[in-house]
Amino acid sequence: MKFNSKWTRQHLIGIEELSREEINIILATAASFKQTMQRSNKKLPTLRGRSIVNFFMEPSTRTRMAFEVAAGNLSADVITITGNASSLVKGETIRDTAANIKALNADMIIMRHSSAGAPKYLSRVVDLPIINAGDGAHEHPTQALLDCYTLQENLKNIEGRKITILGDILFSRVARSNIWALKKLGAQVTVAGPATLVPKEFTQFGVEVCHDLRKALEDADAVMLLRIQHERQNATHFPSIGEYTRMFGLNKERASWLKPDAIIMHPGPINRGVEIDSQLADSDRSVILQQVTNGIAVRMAVIYLCMNASLQSIK
Amino acid sequence: MDEHTTPPTPDAIEAAIGNLVEDIANRHNQTESLAIIGIANGGIALAQSLRKRIGEKLGCKIPTGSVDIAFHRDDIARNPIPKISSPTDIPVEVDGADIILVDDVIYTGRSVRAAINELFDIGRPNRIELAVLYDRGGRKLPMRPDYCAFVRKHTDDHQVEITLDPENPQNHAITVS
Repeated sequence: MKFNSKWTRQHLIGIEELSREEINIILATAASFKQTMQRSNKKLPTLRGRSIVNFFMEPSTRTRMAFEVAAGNLSADVITITGNASSLVKGETIRDTAANIKALNADMIIMRHSSAGAPKYLSRVVDLPIINAGDGAHEHPTQALLDCYTLQENLKNIEGRKITILGDILFSRVARSNIWALKKLGAQVTVAGPATLVPKEFTQFGVEVCHDLRKALEDADAVMLLRIQHERQNATHFPSIGEYTRMFGLNKERASWLKPDAIIMHPGPINRGVEIDSQLADSDRSVILQQVTNGIAVRMAVIYLCMNASLQSIK
Repeated sequence: MDEHTTPPTPDAIEAAIGNLVEDIANRHNQTESLAIIGIANGGIALAQSLRKRIGEKLGCKIPTGSVDIAFHRDDIARNPIPKISSPTDIPVEVDGADIILVDDVIYTGRSVRAAINELFDIGRPNRIELAVLYDRGGRKLPMRPDYCAFVRKHTDDHQVEITLDPENPQNHAITVS
């Protein structure tokens, strides 16, 4: 694949600021890394001698592990700091913690935080490349990138495809990043779910807002399910979990409304029997575990591209 | 103009590729596990040409692939990520293979080192030989091609670019700027 421009970003804060070409550069680089992951020796020497700090102020299994594996595959050293194990609990500010990470000779910070904008803030005050691993309800850029990668792998092209995002759109950074990415890549995006979690205002992002599940799923090439984010909700947005499942949970019958070769995606963690029927989650149409594997390749690409851009700037 | 300043004509390039084919085929007419691997991206077109013609000459299909050297480059902090991406694709078991590594131009030798490292990440070839179309001098590493069509000396400020068109050899071009 040939590109007109070169990658120059040191930070990856959100998909919103990326161009279509930049997204494609990441996806193409990820394809090269995915190929290397299938070898018996999965380690590349590319970032030997570089150290990366995983700064996770919010719980995470997949993302944190995928970043650790990705950095390890590139031969970088990785240290993971989690919220309650850091001096933040002793009153240190994020800025000071990050300045100390730099003073300890780190070359990159990968950050997850419950506040939207925290990685952006850090990128302004600390002279290190910052990768956003999810900030509040703002963005989760690497999730959207791995979703696009998985879509491309299964559907070949994203342009013109109907992609439905179903569930808790309001509180979801995954939905926001995916809307940006999918729109930039030319998909027709429909967001669906209960009206309280899928407000009409989302139309300003250029997506179709649909509260009729059948209409939302009909003829879709892929459906991305989202978890109900109990932790971000301080008011009840639907009567009960059971009610949500009854109205919007994906089951066999509803999945039959999709295109015959449509795929079912979920960023995890899945709540079996809530947003997705347990058997469906394990079916052939589900690419949930493929998404996890692709998450490593995409994160290797992001780390590699941003690290390279950062090393150039200090040259 | 002497041969050191005039780039070869399309006919001369085509004839030179013919000589490479001849040399490789002669040396490998008994080799069982021969594979031709182009160094992405410059070596890919030449590798394809060699595959076709050596295959015809030896009367067999020669597995051909390419190696992406991006992740083994020793200049990650020096140069931006290249604009073209093509993942490593080797359709044959690397362990025990006799590999002809192919590139269009050899200069410092760093790409060849990276390509050899990439191959060894995948397996342990029996042997690796190097075939290039154009040796422009300026080596920084102890690398010497086993098969080479043109040898010229260019200073570091010169750029050598090669276009090969196996479908229409009259479009072959070597430009020095």
